Amino acid sequence: MNPVRKKRLTIILAIVLGIAATLGLGLYALQENINLFYTPTEIMNGQAPQDARIRAGGLVKEGSVQRNEDALTVTFVVTDGDADVTISYRGILPDLFREGQGIVALGRLNAERVLVSDEVLAKHDENYMPPEVGDALAKTGMLKHYEESAKGAK
Amino acid sequence: MELALYIPELGHLALILALCFAVVQAFFPLIGAWKADHHWMSLGQPAAWGQFVFLLISFACLTWAFMTDDFTVAYTANNSNSMLPWYYKISAVWGAHEGSLLLWAFILAGWTFAVAIFSRQLPEEMLARVLSIMGMISIGFLLFLIVTSNPFERILPQSPVDGRDLNPLLQDFGLVIHPPMLYMGYVGFSVAFAFAIAALLGGKLDAAWARWSRPWTQVAWAFLGLGIALGSWWAYYELGWGGWWFWDPVENASLMPWLVGTALLHSLAVTEKRGLFKNWTVLLAIAAFSLSLLGTFLVRSGVLTSVHAFASDPTRGVFILVFLLVVVAASLLLFTMRAPSVKSKVGFSLLSQETLLLINNIVLVVATAMVLIGTLYPLILDSLTGAKLSVGPPYFNALFNPLIAILMLALGVGVTMRWKNTPVTWLVKMLGPVLLVSAALSLLLTMLADEFNGAVLLVYFLSAWVVFAGLRDMYEKTRHKGFWAGVRGLSRSYLGMHLGHLGLAVCAIGVVLSSHYSSERDLKMAIGDRIELGKYGFVFEGAEHYEGPNYISDKGTIRVFKGDKQIALLHPEKRLYIVQSMPMTEAGIDPGFTRDLYVALGEPLENGAWAVRLQVKPFVRWIWLGALLTGLGGLLAACDPRYRRKVSTRVKDALTTAKNEATTDV
Repeated sequence: MNPVRKKRLTIILAIVLGIAATLGLGLYALQENINLFYTPTEIMNGQAPQDARIRAGGLVKEGSVQRNEDALTVTFVVTDGDADVTISYRGILPDLFREGQGIVALGRLNAERVLVSDEVLAKHDENYMPPEVGDALAKTGMLKHYEESAKGAK
Repeated sequence: MELALYIPELGHLALILALCFAVVQAFFPLIGAWKADHHWMSLGQPAAWGQFVFLLISFACLTWAFMTDDFTVAYTANNSNSMLPWYYKISAVWGAHEGSLLLWAFILAGWTFAVAIFSRQLPEEMLARVLSIMGMISIGFLLFLIVTSNPFERILPQSPVDGRDLNPLLQDFGLVIHPPMLYMGYVGFSVAFAFAIAALLGGKLDAAWARWSRPWTQVAWAFLGLGIALGSWWAYYELGWGGWWFWDPVENASLMPWLVGTALLHSLAVTEKRGLFKNWTVLLAIAAFSLSLLGTFLVRSGVLTSVHAFASDPTRGVFILVFLLVVVAASLLLFTMRAPSVKSKVGFSLLSQETLLLINNIVLVVATAMVLIGTLYPLILDSLTGAKLSVGPPYFNALFNPLIAILMLALGVGVTMRWKNTPVTWLVKMLGPVLLVSAALSLLLTMLADEFNGAVLLVYFLSAWVVFAGLRDMYEKTRHKGFWAGVRGLSRSYLGMHLGHLGLAVCAIGVVLSSHYSSERDLKMAIGDRIELGKYGFVFEGAEHYEGPNYISDKGTIRVFKGDKQIALLHPEKRLYIVQSMPMTEAGIDPGFTRDLYVALGEPLENGAWAVRLQVKPFVRWIWLGALLTGLGGLLAACDPRYRRKVSTRVKDALTTAKNEATTDV
């Protein structure tokens, strides 16, 4: 092989190896950092893993929000109409967190199937429904009901 | 009948007329360039002016509707209110879907207008083709506006008495300027795109093409960077929890074109100076604009869970997706047909600026690919299998941070490197001192801190490496004249480059220091409570009722002490915007060069106590300061007078500068 070709081959090999390594690392990192979404029904059926970081969401049940003594631990119940999941969260809740609102929480399930959450997402638009929650409600037929009551409220 | 009643109709009409001009601009110059017909080609410029004027009128009409509280216009009724302060009425024009698209189209017409005016020195066919491509993009967006998202739609005869108000999140100075800046960047890449496509059509991908398209790319890139930084700054103080980057899909959507744009800037330099990487540069120009369109699609289609995803309409998403696919498919098809297959004759050795810029390009493209995968993977999986998932920030951090570290390492070598071939001994002489000084300084700075942190040591080293390598190169170039006299003699594009690199170093320091040394506490504070956090004492003095123009609020008072001395008085607020009955957290921030004190109110508790979030964030301001420097660097480089020289001198120039500037310029 002549020297020019040899040099070129080395460069190309280096680039290919570099890209392969980055891609491999990238896919590995992706595998490690995926947070799957589970509906309350799926969680109650035991389809969600324990001790893995997951997303769960639904409508916050009316009258379910409870504050603890130290005032910063909050527990509340989210529902998709068929099943309920209790979520506990420590910290300051987002502005638009309200009873009856669609929310998504990130956290881990404990042995009692309570989601211990470190992040609660409630969106900044009164008409907005997180797509995951919308789908979960559509499955149980609760979405229609929710939309009608939202229209009535206006 | 009052004339003012018809102003929204005038706006609508102007929009349609602008579309007509866009059609003229898209077709006649292109066919003219093909048939070498001067008359047909000369239609491009007046059509661009006409389009700009009518979009200006249209935009002014919509602004008028907001300023005069014309709630017969549906868009105004949904996004404004008579109580809204006047400056937010102006920004409300682009506060939601229809208006922001009108702004998009208006800015596109503005860029086209600028190209038509400032590119008189371009060859006739080239200008005709560029204007034609921009006209086609404009047709797409104007059709989209008129067909799916008409901002002038009326609610008649039963129009509401008052509007539903602008989303309170958007009632903020940052949001007044964030979208226009961002759009200047997004849309600006259409110019680079148009130049690339025009060059492909003409079959002439040469150094002249790269030189024409460089200043436009630099300006667009600078605006995009500034727009992203503004968005990050806004999220920091407005969302109420002190984060400045969330790897939110919409943020990623704006970051990707910026990353590819950065690669494009560097690759254009090689194409202009050395006539290399031509095909690659064209691909980058296509990618930068396609990613801008992808960003628009992601934001506007509502497929994402994000702070930006306000209620939206899926048919609009389909329109942009189809438009995006047409643009990408057509340009790639053209590329495969017309890309020059002739090998470049000039070679370069492994130790050369070309190699280092290639590394820059590879790293940036890989980084973009990583962000793209992380952003689109959940969407693709959802549409294929219905599985719902999200990709967390650890994924992005794990990949992006090492890549940026590699980039900064290569940057230091790259700025000192010479074109074509660089002797090793010379390189060692240049970079040896830089390495020693950077290592010593970073070790010293790390030892000054209370605790050792590897990431901090690394970022000190990399930033020092970037800055000192730049200074070393400047010193080398000004050796004969003395530093200060010499610096004045350096070209603006060279100085802009160093300013941009300095911005990267400053930003990196801000990111790492604020991430590793921040302290934060969420807690309950009763009136009179004092909490120590870091070196500071926070005293809560309760919250009082307060009334703003369109909101009521609980305004808290927190005094911050360092030792016994009061250093700040903060007023975090919990507001309730009346019209939408929407609560909002307004953080109380004491900004500083080396640290921010950040306080936000949570919920009221019993006996006047509140849930409060306290944060001390060291060097967080450096993040945006760095971004500002980088943006200014881009603008400075675009001001370089050599981009405005006449064609006649340019040909000679191209021959001589290739030799001369190879040593002074990037």
